[in-house]
Amino acid sequence: MARQAIVPQTGASARTAARRAGGSLNRGETLAGWLFVSPMLIGVFVLVLVPIVATLALGFADWNFVQGWDGIRWIGFGNFRRLFQDPMFLRTIRNNVLFLLTVPAYMMISLVLAVLIDRYVYLKGYFKIAYFMPYISNIVAVAVVWQVLFHPSYGPVNEVLRSLGFANPPKWLADPHYALASIMMITVWISIGFSMIIYIAGLQTIPRDLYEAADIDGAKAWTKFTRITFPMLSPTSFFLLITGIISTFKVFDIIVVTTQGGPIGSTSLMVYYLYDQAFTNLKIGYASSVATVLFLFVMLLTFGQWGVQKKWVND
Amino acid sequence: MPLSRRFDWRRGFVTAVMLAVSILFLLPFIWMLVTSFKTENDVFVYPIQWIPRHWHAIENYKEVWIGRYPFYRYYWNSIQVSVATTAISATVSSLAAYGFSKVRFRAGKWLFLIVLATYMVPSQAILVPQFILYRNIGLFDSHLGLIIIGSFSVLGTFMLRQFFMGVPQDYIESAKIDGAGHFRIFRQVGFPLVKPAVATYAILRFIWTWNDYQNPLIFLRTDKLFTLPLAMQKFTSMSGEFYSLIMAAAVSAILPLFIVFVIGQKSVIEGIALGGIKG
Repeated sequence: MARQAIVPQTGASARTAARRAGGSLNRGETLAGWLFVSPMLIGVFVLVLVPIVATLALGFADWNFVQGWDGIRWIGFGNFRRLFQDPMFLRTIRNNVLFLLTVPAYMMISLVLAVLIDRYVYLKGYFKIAYFMPYISNIVAVAVVWQVLFHPSYGPVNEVLRSLGFANPPKWLADPHYALASIMMITVWISIGFSMIIYIAGLQTIPRDLYEAADIDGAKAWTKFTRITFPMLSPTSFFLLITGIISTFKVFDIIVVTTQGGPIGSTSLMVYYLYDQAFTNLKIGYASSVATVLFLFVMLLTFGQWGVQKKWVND
Repeated sequence: MPLSRRFDWRRGFVTAVMLAVSILFLLPFIWMLVTSFKTENDVFVYPIQWIPRHWHAIENYKEVWIGRYPFYRYYWNSIQVSVATTAISATVSSLAAYGFSKVRFRAGKWLFLIVLATYMVPSQAILVPQFILYRNIGLFDSHLGLIIIGSFSVLGTFMLRQFFMGVPQDYIESAKIDGAGHFRIFRQVGFPLVKPAVATYAILRFIWTWNDYQNPLIFLRTDKLFTLPLAMQKFTSMSGEFYSLIMAAAVSAILPLFIVFVIGQKSVIEGIALGGIKG
C-alpha cells in the first residue's frame, strides 16, 4: 500500500561515494548487514522455511506420529488423489467458498460506517473504539459469549425472535443449516472494525479540492460518493478484498471454540480439517497434503494480487 | 462535504442515530458484562434484565479469580509470555529492519525477498512440522517455545523497515565519516528516530500475543502453563452451565486488553491504518 508516510531517500550522492570507496569498506558493510539480519533470518529459516519444505515433502507420505521415523511410506500423489475424492474435504472447500461472502459484507458495512464517522458525526474517537472493540477482544471470550447468546432454547437471540412471533427460530450454531451462517455473522461483526479503520485512513488521502469542485458544480452527497469517494478508494477496497479473501482461508480459532467443524461437518473449513486430520486423527501425511493445497490457494491469490495491483489500481 | 456551522443539527442527528447503532453493535459486550454480575438463576430471565435484580458480582469474580480454576495464574502466564515475546520481537525486528534498509550489502535484497515471501505462508500450513520440531528439541509444552515462535514473526520487520527507509541516508553516512560503526549508528541515530514506530509495533505485538489462541493450543499441554485464551476455553468447558461465571471469566479476559487499547488507541489505530496489517 502506498499509504505509508515515507520521507524520500536523500542519500543518493553519499551512497555512490561510499560505493567508490571500494573493497574493505564493502566487506565491512556486508558483514554488518549479515549481523543485523541474522537473528531474524535464523528464526525464519528454522521456524518457517524448513517447515514449508517439510510440509511439501510430507504431503507425499503416508505417516502418523505414533509410527516414528521408520513408519514413513512414500506414496507419490496418493494423498492428493484421495483428497479430491474425500467428500469431507470437498465439503470444506464448499464451506470456504461460502465463507468468501463475509468479505464483501463487512467491506460494505465498514465503508458506510467509515464515511459517516469521518465526515458526518461528532464523537469520532468513541465510534472508532466502539467498532474496533470486537477486533481487539480475546476471540475465545467473544466466541463463548456468542455461543451463549445463540443458545437454542434460552439464548437471548431466540427469546427475542420468539417474542417477535417466530415460533421456531433456528438453532444457530447447533443447526447444520445455520451453523456456518452463524459463524459468518460473528466473523463479519469481528471484522468490521479493522476494515473501517483502513477505510478511514483511505479517506484521508482523497484530496479535498475534488469535493470543493463538486460542491461548486452543485453535486449531491450521493453523487460525490459514487463519483469521487468510491473510485478514489479503489486501492483500499482492492487491498481489503484480497487480504480479506486470504484471511478467510485462515479462519480457525472461532471454529475450534464454537463448533469444532460440526454439526455434521457443516462448519469444517480447510484449516480446521487440516488441524483435525493432523492432531486428532494423527494422519500427518494426509494433513500435509491439505496444507499443500491451502498453501497453493493462498500463493495464487497473493501473486494474483501483485499482478492486478500493478495494472489496475490507480495508486 | 464540510457541513458548515449552521447545519450542526444535522450532524447531531446523524450522531444520535449512529450512537444507537453502535449500542446495538456492542450489545453482546453489554450483555456479557451485565450477566457477569447476576446470579445463575437470573441469567436467562426474559425479558432481559439490563440491571441485575440480585447482585452476585463479588461471588462470581471471586470464583473466577481464586476459585478451582484460578485466573490469576493464567494472567501471570499471559503477562510473562506476552512481555517476553514483545521485547524479543521488537528487538529482532528492528535489528533486521535496520539491516535491510540502511546497510548496503548485496545479499540484503535477496534475503529480504525471501523473508517477504514467507509472510504469505498461512501459519496453519506449517503447524505440523513445527510441532514435530518442537517435540524433538524439547521446546514443546514450555513458555520458552511459545515465546520463540511468537518472536520471529516477519511483520515487524516490514513495518519497521518502512520507517528506517524514512531516515535520511545522509545521517548514516555522516555518522560513518565520523568513524561510527553500524551498531553505534543503529543505537544512537537510527533507533531513536524510529522509536515511536517501534512502540506502535510493540503494542500491536502485545495485543496479538495476548489474544493468541492457536499457538498455545498446539504447543502447550500442561494446565499450569496455559495462557488466558486457553484457560478461558478450559474454564468454559469445566463450568458447564454456569453462564454467569463464564461471563465473569469473559469479562476478565477482555477487560485488561481493552484498557491497554483505549490508552494506546492512537498508536494502535495509526499502526493498523499505516501498514494495513493484520495479526
